[in-house]
Amino acid sequence: MTATLITAPPRRRLIELAVKRTLMRVGFFLSVVVIVSPAILVFLWMLSLSLKTEIETIAYPPVFIPEHPTLANFVQVFRASPFALYLLNSIIVTGSATLLALAVGIPAGYGIAKAKAYKVAVLVLIARITPNLSYLIPLFILFRALDLTGTLWPLVITHLVITVPIVVWVMIGFFESLHPDLEEAALIDGCTLWQAFRYVALPLSKPGIVVASILAFIFSWNNFIFGVVLAGRETRTLPVAVYNVLTFEQISWGPLAAAALLVTLPVLILTVVVQREIVTGLTAGGVKGG
Amino acid sequence: MSGGAALAQPPAGAPGSLWQRLTSGASADRGRPYFLFFVPALTIIAAVIVFPWVFTLFMSGYDWKLAQAGTFVGLGNYKGLLTDDRFLSALLRTLYYTVLAVVLPLILGTVSALIFHRKFPFRGFLRGVFILPMMATPVAVGLVWTMMFHPQLGVLNYLLSLVGIPPQLWVYDPGTVIPSLVLVETWQWTPLVMLIVLGGLAALPTEPYESAQIDGATGWQMFRHITFPLVLPFLMVATIIRTIDAIKAFDIIFVISQGGPGTASETINIFLYLQAFAFYNIGYASAVVVVFFALIIALSLTLLYVRQRTRWST
Repeated sequence: MTATLITAPPRRRLIELAVKRTLMRVGFFLSVVVIVSPAILVFLWMLSLSLKTEIETIAYPPVFIPEHPTLANFVQVFRASPFALYLLNSIIVTGSATLLALAVGIPAGYGIAKAKAYKVAVLVLIARITPNLSYLIPLFILFRALDLTGTLWPLVITHLVITVPIVVWVMIGFFESLHPDLEEAALIDGCTLWQAFRYVALPLSKPGIVVASILAFIFSWNNFIFGVVLAGRETRTLPVAVYNVLTFEQISWGPLAAAALLVTLPVLILTVVVQREIVTGLTAGGVKGG
Repeated sequence: MSGGAALAQPPAGAPGSLWQRLTSGASADRGRPYFLFFVPALTIIAAVIVFPWVFTLFMSGYDWKLAQAGTFVGLGNYKGLLTDDRFLSALLRTLYYTVLAVVLPLILGTVSALIFHRKFPFRGFLRGVFILPMMATPVAVGLVWTMMFHPQLGVLNYLLSLVGIPPQLWVYDPGTVIPSLVLVETWQWTPLVMLIVLGGLAALPTEPYESAQIDGATGWQMFRHITFPLVLPFLMVATIIRTIDAIKAFDIIFVISQGGPGTASETINIFLYLQAFAFYNIGYASAVVVVFFALIIALSLTLLYVRQRTRWST
């Protein structure tokens, strides 16, 4: 009686279970492949287009892996347009907008978190929610009146619309989660508020600053609309320059794909390398620029 | 919800909580001049964000062309909008686009989050790959999708032909342009929904699952009666963030279809761009901004309300 209870289930049942478990595992890995592949395939297609010759580009059925990969399209990008100038513009605009935002945004996040000034936080939130286009009309008129068009100033200033809210928002969340005991001790020992921030809170906030800078940098780098309206021929940032290649010149897919890849490559690499930081920042409040 | 989150996060981090006020040295925080810390940022926000709002409101009262203020027309621009068929159809089109571009990423994002919530090899790396679409430069993304949509040479029609579906016109047909653009938007923003829901799943308590397992609940029952209700606040946050982002979608539409063919994909944002920077009807465009802004503020208040309620989980 008891013996039948404790004997192992029949062999067939065991095999069935093993098969079922294996099938579940295979099914799960298939679902991982299904959800991840659209993300990667589009970029691989971009890469493939950028490496193909003209003939392979317009071949039907499409050639997926170029048989004669060439860098000619990339050479063409640099030859046909002042790509290096646009790259420099992008670096200056994004770099200054990010650094300025960090300079004002880190103390602001600290102050808002400490003073629990959530009304100010609401303002920042509304700024993040408003369509970028709505800032552009008055600023466009203002920059024309100040005769700043044709310089990089309008771009740096408008990119602050993107970077400042991101930095403030991420830093509020970060400083809120920081334990206040150390600063309290510093204040009791006679530090000023600024010293408590500068020498106690700030060194502890490095992870938050990393997240804020990465997100501010990426969303400013990606920005398109401000450049479309405010940039002149000499002051285009990369996304605008690439768009203009499409509209104002003969459409040629190879160089276009090469240019698109060059613009977005820094962001793609950054995303994969620091995905953990990016995920932390994005989940802490659904920040998104643009 | 808040119960589970409280477990995940020590109560010490909760600003404004009674516990913290009692332990952090009375109400000392209140009296300290912390506002000095955010004065510089507020100055910048006032200059580049608040000033434009006020100036836009001012301009919306004028028949303003390019750089000169025209005549004062009061609410004339707003009355014009009410009878402007092009604006009204842009409004409807925006709603159509928004509903699709909220629902699809929400479903796919939730499914993806459930998958990424389990442990598997290279999960971190694959999660990084999965969020590439939302981080990539929209113009670059728009360009490569434009090439993929091409009716003759595009890779999408080739892929359809492999499974026996006739070629489509995608963004070149007024009937399919919006669903096609939503396809790109979904591809791009499903990762954001995934991240928000994944954050919610990570904060789930384990006890209900243990007791449900002891009671012999199936996987679906556990999802339906435990996971889903607990993750619902996160789905609401995702819904509202997605709604706001979809309403103001611009880059992808502008790069791929420029609002065309004809006006078939002209959403409010594209309409606004054309009025302001193609036709230079500055006053009229400002009125569009104000209406658009009011619409979005109504939504953002909801976002804030939901965020307050789910504060501890994010």
